[in-house]
Amino acid sequence: MADGMLPRSEDSEAIQHARRQMEVCNACRYCESYCAVFPAMTLRREFTTGDLTHLANLCHNCKGCYHACQYAPPHPFGINIPATFAQLRQESYSAYAWPAFMGPVFERNGGFVTLVAALVATLALVLTAAIQDPAILYSAQRGTGAFFRVIPLWLMTLLAGGAFLFALFAMVMAGRRYWRATAPGLSVGPAPAKDAALDILTMRNLGGGGHGCNDLDDGFAQHRRWFHHAVFYGFLLCFAATTTGFFYHHLFGWKSPHAFLSLPVQFGTWGGVLLCIGTAGMLWVKAVTDPAPVARQLLGGEVAFVALLFLVAATGLLLLAVRHTGAMGLMLALHIGLVIAFFLTMPYSKMVHGMYRGLALLRARAEQRKARG
Amino acid sequence: MPDLSRPYDVLVCGGGNAALCAAITARQHGASVILAEHAPKSMRGGNSRHTRNLRALHPAPTEVLTESYLEEEYWDDLLRVTGGKTDEALARMTIRASQHAPGFLKECGVVFQPSLSGTLSLSRTNAFFLGGGKALVNALYRTAEKLGVVILYDTEVQHLDARDGFFTEALVSHRGFPERIRAKAVVASSGGFQANRHWMRQYWGDAADNFQIRGTPYAQGRLLRDLLDQGAQEVGDPTQFHAVANDARAPMEDGGLAMRLDCVPFSVVVNERVERFYDEGEDTWPKRYAIWGRLIAQQPNQRAFAITDSQALHDYLPSVFPPIFADTIEELAGKLGLDAGKLAKVVADYNASVVPGGRFNGQKLDGCRTDGLTPPKSNWARRIDRPPFHAHPLRPGITFTFLGLRVNDRARVLMADGKPSANILASGEIMAGNILGQGYLAGFGMTIGTVFGRIAGEEAAKLARN
Repeated sequence: MADGMLPRSEDSEAIQHARRQMEVCNACRYCESYCAVFPAMTLRREFTTGDLTHLANLCHNCKGCYHACQYAPPHPFGINIPATFAQLRQESYSAYAWPAFMGPVFERNGGFVTLVAALVATLALVLTAAIQDPAILYSAQRGTGAFFRVIPLWLMTLLAGGAFLFALFAMVMAGRRYWRATAPGLSVGPAPAKDAALDILTMRNLGGGGHGCNDLDDGFAQHRRWFHHAVFYGFLLCFAATTTGFFYHHLFGWKSPHAFLSLPVQFGTWGGVLLCIGTAGMLWVKAVTDPAPVARQLLGGEVAFVALLFLVAATGLLLLAVRHTGAMGLMLALHIGLVIAFFLTMPYSKMVHGMYRGLALLRARAEQRKARG
Repeated sequence: MPDLSRPYDVLVCGGGNAALCAAITARQHGASVILAEHAPKSMRGGNSRHTRNLRALHPAPTEVLTESYLEEEYWDDLLRVTGGKTDEALARMTIRASQHAPGFLKECGVVFQPSLSGTLSLSRTNAFFLGGGKALVNALYRTAEKLGVVILYDTEVQHLDARDGFFTEALVSHRGFPERIRAKAVVASSGGFQANRHWMRQYWGDAADNFQIRGTPYAQGRLLRDLLDQGAQEVGDPTQFHAVANDARAPMEDGGLAMRLDCVPFSVVVNERVERFYDEGEDTWPKRYAIWGRLIAQQPNQRAFAITDSQALHDYLPSVFPPIFADTIEELAGKLGLDAGKLAKVVADYNASVVPGGRFNGQKLDGCRTDGLTPPKSNWARRIDRPPFHAHPLRPGITFTFLGLRVNDRARVLMADGKPSANILASGEIMAGNILGQGYLAGFGMTIGTVFGRIAGEEAAKLARN
């Protein structure tokens, strides 16, 4: 259907495709039980650009609707919701990015993320090697403050903390722009907020009602859901590791490196292991899945993002392994470099999907409550 | 390349639900099975690809079916829609066996769901496939493959070599190449002939060119014709088909369910001569949607137009293609290519005859009717006077044909001499006419396909063993 379609307005091609496809879906409704997208769709008869952006961000890309679709290619209607919505999501990431001039980086996102990661990691290594005294850098550091003898605490906090706060701020600004554009005037009470939080924590939309999604082909499985859980909770554990480490240092004056069985190291270790398993699993799914419902033009950005996350986790674990040897210094520089790169690219990589998905789930739950009255 | 030189126990012709149920069951009973599907893999599954549910007897609520639905009520429903054109023994057997159909499909990986919106309120009688018929078809193919059924796509069975009802081998076109497949028993599950315009023209002449085929374009009836020509007994009126009111702008084939229009009860419907021809509000839409295809097929050029106004827009499920809008009835007539003066008069006469004071309710028979109008509109009669006016152009959308092979209760095809064939069996749409001689009961086609598919598979495996 893509090529023969006459443009209806100023809308992007993906918006036009999505609108046509939703008009077919809304007359068919066979997929009503797959996920939150279809119940949200049936609340409407016409689809504004904001509605379509919302539905696209609500889509968890489980591909159930594609494999069940009587109108999927080679049918002339060519319905392919997962691929169309993926493209639309990317366009919304671009449209609502803050500051606005960063929007275009979503168009060649694989290159952007890879470049920033390579640059920052290299810079961290080179600067550390150039500035730090080789006698300290390449010898085994033991005891309290070992890490900070390689990279001073204030510098680490300034760079990593600064990048993180910037990322957070940029994402909040983008989220505000998104919400104002797609859900103007919608009020959200505590009940839908709780529902949406549960949706996020359980990823129930990737459950397909218990039997799973079409992760790889037309068979049902839960690979993506479990790998995503590993990434999500692994990430939270790593975050918990940093936070407890921060409190240990500043509240209790307990300085790193901490013992292996201490909270920060335990959180970090298991978080890192989960992150490695989850990201490697996600990459595996992406590599072997049926390519038909995949928006291939976006694969570069997705793979770069997941791979960066894997590298952050893997270097963290390696750092733990070599922290009492002469390799610690460079490994620390590499790990910190990748962490900073990850934070810097956060608002301009696939990472933003979490925020937009969360907002879409929130809106869907609020609308659902409103519709029920 | 599958090995076509070896003989198989069972050849299944067709690739929809009935064929797959037969293939899976035969394999489960120990037979070696080869299945020939005419369509390519991406379009596999026949009309099952477009289905949504099946009607199942149940004495008590199940996970997906509410209340209960017992044999007598099921039989009464069938008797009503068929007007008695059914074989009671076969029908009752099917109804009783339908209780176990959802369980069988579930074991084959089919997932069911409780029905939600826009489903003509069938949650008591019909079990819905999660994702619809294509998801069901996917699950059945996976199961068949896992069991070791050899599956051939792009393979049309063109002729069965049979003498006195005893089948020996099939002539097929496999990816465009002529091949022969030998088997000890054969199950014909290749559907009706509705997509064969040449055949339809025999009964309907030029009108057949204007019929939209809702389902698979592979329902060419080649095997049906072949077996009838070889002396198999026929059942069902060859001229008759199941048809609904489709959007006139739908694709001529394979438009599926989403092309049907539910606007009729909330409109006045005129033909090209700008005449109304049937009571649009005779009964609730679930009970009437299936007669409108035939009604439109009988109109000049097989066209009709549902005319209504802005009040009705939210009373029926949205259409894929937007309605045609205009600020006046005359302008609307112009856009539809109808006589403006005539259409204005039809609408004015209708408006004048609407009995005032009725309480409109789109969900049930509301008694809002016309008085003194021919034909009358018995329910949902509401003045059409709030612009913008809008229209949906209609054509008949054919679901399936009624002509089929006569079978016995073991799915064996009956030959001209009245005896069952030694090893030719049938399941699905190709034999549905035994039970469903006319009319339709939502979800009953899938029930017949599942029940007779399982019987045919079991019987074929048994025949192959002996």
